[in-house]
Amino acid sequence: MPERLIEVKDLEVKFHTEDGVVNAVDGVSFELQRGQVLGIVGESGSGKSVTAMTLLGLTRDRNTSFGGEVLYKGRDVLEMDEDELQGVRGNEMSMIFQDPMTSLNPVYSIGMQICEAIRVHERADKNQARRRAIDLLKQVGIPNAESRIDNYPHEFSGGMRQRAMIAMALACNPDVLIADEPTTALDVTIQAQIIELIDRLKDEFNSAVILITHDLGVVADVADEIIVMYAGRVVERASTRPLFYDPQHPYTWGLLGSIPRLDRPKQDRLHSIKGTPPSLIRAPKGCKFRPRCPHAFDKCMEEPRLENRVEEPGHLDRCWLSVEEKRELRVPTLAGTEEAA
Amino acid sequence: MVAFVIRRLIGAFLVLVAVSFITYLIFVKIPGGDPAQRIAGKLATDQNIADIRQKLHLSDPFYQQYWGMMQSLFTGSLKSYSSQLNVVNEIKKGIPATFSLCIGAGIIWLGFGILVGLISAIYAGRFSDRVITVLALIGISMPVFWLGLIARYLFAEGHPFSIFPDGEYVPLTSNPWQWFVHLLMPWWVLAVLFIGFYGRVLRGNILDTINEDYVRTAKAKGLPQRRVLVKHVLRNSLIPIVTLFGLDFAAVLGGSAILTETVFQLKGVGQYAADSVQSLDLPPIMGVTIYATFFIVLFSVVVDLLYAWLDPRIRPT
Repeated sequence: MPERLIEVKDLEVKFHTEDGVVNAVDGVSFELQRGQVLGIVGESGSGKSVTAMTLLGLTRDRNTSFGGEVLYKGRDVLEMDEDELQGVRGNEMSMIFQDPMTSLNPVYSIGMQICEAIRVHERADKNQARRRAIDLLKQVGIPNAESRIDNYPHEFSGGMRQRAMIAMALACNPDVLIADEPTTALDVTIQAQIIELIDRLKDEFNSAVILITHDLGVVADVADEIIVMYAGRVVERASTRPLFYDPQHPYTWGLLGSIPRLDRPKQDRLHSIKGTPPSLIRAPKGCKFRPRCPHAFDKCMEEPRLENRVEEPGHLDRCWLSVEEKRELRVPTLAGTEEAA
Repeated sequence: MVAFVIRRLIGAFLVLVAVSFITYLIFVKIPGGDPAQRIAGKLATDQNIADIRQKLHLSDPFYQQYWGMMQSLFTGSLKSYSSQLNVVNEIKKGIPATFSLCIGAGIIWLGFGILVGLISAIYAGRFSDRVITVLALIGISMPVFWLGLIARYLFAEGHPFSIFPDGEYVPLTSNPWQWFVHLLMPWWVLAVLFIGFYGRVLRGNILDTINEDYVRTAKAKGLPQRRVLVKHVLRNSLIPIVTLFGLDFAAVLGGSAILTETVFQLKGVGQYAADSVQSLDLPPIMGVTIYATFFIVLFSVVVDLLYAWLDPRIRPT
């Protein structure tokens, strides 16, 4: 029986701004077991990063309100006080951010920043922490870790900085590693290395990973389960294979169709989903994807529930179309031959 | 690093030469600037003036005069035209008062500036921030001579709230306690403007830094709030404050504390400079200019070194 580390139930995150209430995350639920990789996929503004940051209590603010539950080993993160949260952050759950260029403090050495993470959670003297930091840097593949540890972030390349970030995140052997677009700011060649590294270290450290990205291609190889988010809501949730081979939601089709592929006939332009994500202050009525969906019909004025509609158990989606219709309608979009409009 | 310091020192020397030369030109060429006429007075004959000119080598080409003045300044033999007092000695006499005033005020304004900036950044947008903002603006808007007089009027001996002694400088060596209480009012009067200004600048820096990704990283590591604030936010926000402080401090040391010195009769270098400018007395003006330039140049080198120490990105490799 795999150990359930995280259980998110109907999570809501609202930002109260001068323009109105932003429903950044609206009723998101998922679970994460030890050893599992969960992919959260969606466009900018779909609420995926907010969901991730909320797991660590990083979205807390006077102008933010929460709903639902975020259970970490049965404890509700939303209810924790600041001290309790600090004990969890970086220790039991840690996070890697999108831009390694700006996510490391420019005025401290890499080693100091890793040692800081170790020493805040564990009783280690300076030398012990330093030795651990060197080991970690070796594990993430930094050459000459003994001397590079004293380098400053600006002396590292982008890929190496992200490796250092990963080393820092793993410093206290966390149960859950949250990677928020860890490869978006990196070269394509480095991207694959970083993803492979995260996947390998997950096994070495016996952790679970939440991998957030806008690129389905990034999670295809490593994720066990994928959540597709749109406008703060989960529109489809499935294990990786069914999601790629039998995608149910038109938004997922659009994401899949917009991945450039060499095995397709050459097209003039890459497929794209028409339009932009909706405002989260005044979201569209009914299905949130309706205004951009080429297959929308009357019934879409009412929002469908996230439920199982296909043979595969656990494959949930939020679309009114019948399974047969979906399997027929998605063909051109997935092939990338039709602009979704 | 050594090369960097040497380069900066050569640059500093060139700046000193340029500043003194320009000052010299300004005072030689301005109307009514002829020292011989002024020294000789209203009733002087042409012969008197010619004699003085001869004695002070005022007929030589101006670059020779400049060179001669620089030589006598650096050998310590330069004398004032009007009082005949040795310029270097006069500056030396003013230094204890000026340094006491500036160092004390510098400590106060840096410390309280940081405190004010930190508090108003932490409570940004809330009531306490607004109160501090208003106070800071009032502080910035009060001219030193006005504030100084008001402070004396209210708090000096023999006035409504007689708390502090009224003006004058007591040497530290003769009575440390009297030195301290005599300087308290001048220190604060000089510091108030800077506290308001530094507080505003730091508040802005902190609010910028607090949104940096690395601050989020620091929080995600599980660092306590205080450590995030001091080690990650404040450390980075203070870098620009160091430049400001270095240059402002050099400027007040170099004589821009004139107003405070005058209001409280501290008889420092600033007051000496003001008096000499008023009487167009060239030798002291040159002396004080070199003295002031020296501190400004020195502190800009110090600021550069501090900067490199604070920010590894600009360390010369």
